Amino acid sequence: MAKRIDVSDLNIYYGSFRAVEGVNVSIEPRSITALIGPSGCGKSTFLRTLNRMHEVIPGARVEGKVVMDGQDLYGADTDPVTVRRQIGMVFQRPNPFPTMSIYENVAAGLRLNSVKMKKSDMDDLVERSLKGANLWEEVKDRLDRPGSGLSGGQQQRLCIARAIAVEPDVLLMDEPCSALDPISTLAIEDLMTELKERFTIVIVTHNMQQAARVSEQTGFFNLNGVGQPGRLIEFNPTEKIFSNPDQKATEDYISGRFG
Amino acid sequence: MSVQTPPTPLSGAGAATPMQQRVEGTLPRWAPTAVFAGAAVAAALLSGFNIALFVIYTVVLGTLAVYVVSRVREGRRRAADRTVTSIVTSAFGIAMVPLVALIWEVVSRGAERLDAEFFTASLYGIIGEGGGAYHALMGTLIITGLTTLISVPIGLMTAIYLVEYAQGRLKRAITFFVDVMTGIPSIVAGLFAYALFVLIFGPGIRLGIMGAVALSVLMIPVVVRSAEEVLKLVPLELREASYALGVPKWRTITKVVIPTAIAGIGTGVTLAIARVIGETAPLLITVGITNATNFDPFDGRMATLPVYAYYQLTQPGVPPEFAIDRAWTAALLLIMLVMGLNVVARLISRFFAPKTGR
Repeated sequence: MAKRIDVSDLNIYYGSFRAVEGVNVSIEPRSITALIGPSGCGKSTFLRTLNRMHEVIPGARVEGKVVMDGQDLYGADTDPVTVRRQIGMVFQRPNPFPTMSIYENVAAGLRLNSVKMKKSDMDDLVERSLKGANLWEEVKDRLDRPGSGLSGGQQQRLCIARAIAVEPDVLLMDEPCSALDPISTLAIEDLMTELKERFTIVIVTHNMQQAARVSEQTGFFNLNGVGQPGRLIEFNPTEKIFSNPDQKATEDYISGRFG
Repeated sequence: MSVQTPPTPLSGAGAATPMQQRVEGTLPRWAPTAVFAGAAVAAALLSGFNIALFVIYTVVLGTLAVYVVSRVREGRRRAADRTVTSIVTSAFGIAMVPLVALIWEVVSRGAERLDAEFFTASLYGIIGEGGGAYHALMGTLIITGLTTLISVPIGLMTAIYLVEYAQGRLKRAITFFVDVMTGIPSIVAGLFAYALFVLIFGPGIRLGIMGAVALSVLMIPVVVRSAEEVLKLVPLELREASYALGVPKWRTITKVVIPTAIAGIGTGVTLAIARVIGETAPLLITVGITNATNFDPFDGRMATLPVYAYYQLTQPGVPPEFAIDRAWTAALLLIMLVMGLNVVARLISRFFAPKTGR
């Protein structure tokens, strides 16, 4: 299930603007990799290149290699749609489909792709995914109600359930807790710790305590100045990053002496 | 701010004068209405039963009187407030006058013939009394239906193209031409459809489908614009959520974007229908008029309500009053159709809107 991702010499562009340059990194399976760094340094942009969501934006393009267990994600014969079926994503703001019920939201990944499935199998899948996202107990009596009627934290867990329902190999999370209160955040962090048994998880976060709490590996992105491309400054085990980082810039950032 | 200082006698006294002015005399809530009612009575006496003069006198006298009364009792600031309120309310009232007068006129003149015969009989073999607009009503419904059938797919797909696919110069060009088409006079659309069919079938041709083509030229840009605005409102995050699940773009559009926007699209389409259902000039040229019922838009002339009303009024025959009555009733029927469509549009936007209930 969980797969390893190797990134080599990755440059990311918006039109002619180089947003991120020279990223080399290996993301381990069955672990949580956190990406930290100041706003605008390209963490989210980098994350979106991992499942080819980057190119949804007009003019955006990528140079370099992203390989997942030997499969070149940017190869000439690789379909972005296939990549996205293998690498799921959870966004910063919870975005359940407003026209669909809770049940339909979880089933959306299969229904929208017109996967034929028996009603009972679908019921099982929805229940399993919602249990996987720690949401089942809260919503089991109102699966036919609109997903947008849930609270923010519940909506975000619904989006996680929706993402894991299609059984991806990798789960990307783009600041999944930034719009949530501490209790919902805790629920989602616990969930991530459970999910890493089955998935490779990459999370972008502005919350350094969160990175320290949940992740095994941490990458620090930074940029030299406005208009300059962002770079991966340091990539090390989380403990090392937060106790004895190799780079001065990393230490300055995590200790709050930024600049 | 949090420091609790009792007001010094000096500043308290200084503030007291304007405060007292404000509190001193407050007009009761019914006062402006009463003043305006008085102004209306005075205006009625002054204007000598001339409606236009009556309205003008009422507005001017009422506003002045409210200002004076308020100025005396409440002070300058309240008086200014009341004056502006009076002017704004009067503007609304004046805007309502033509609408109410129009509906009043059409209902009072058209209600007389709004009977069963009007809905069941055509004008076939009718001279003078009786007869109806069954053939015209059917013609309007058939031609408008055909127009919708042509315009909605083309307009909706153009809007989807503009929002989801088009970029750069081509997008700007299409948007520009759609805007130009929105402003095309309806007679030009009629002449276009006429010329098109004359090229194919020869001169003198009159067909229901010609009218539908002419009306489509008018309706497509309206559908494009309204659908485009609504599709733009669908959050980008929903599209991204769908893409991230490995859903291809076309499925994202058909199963996420359009269902999310369906209420707005339905409302826009309904209002676009309401916009073209009363068009007269293009139908006059392309469809003509007939006294008999014709259900086949591909064979010969058809009657439609606006053209029917036009001919009943301009060529009433002898004696004229029966035909003129029928014209007013046809006008009333058109207004009822448009109102009905507006109600339908509201219902669509209420029932199809994404639900957020807990």
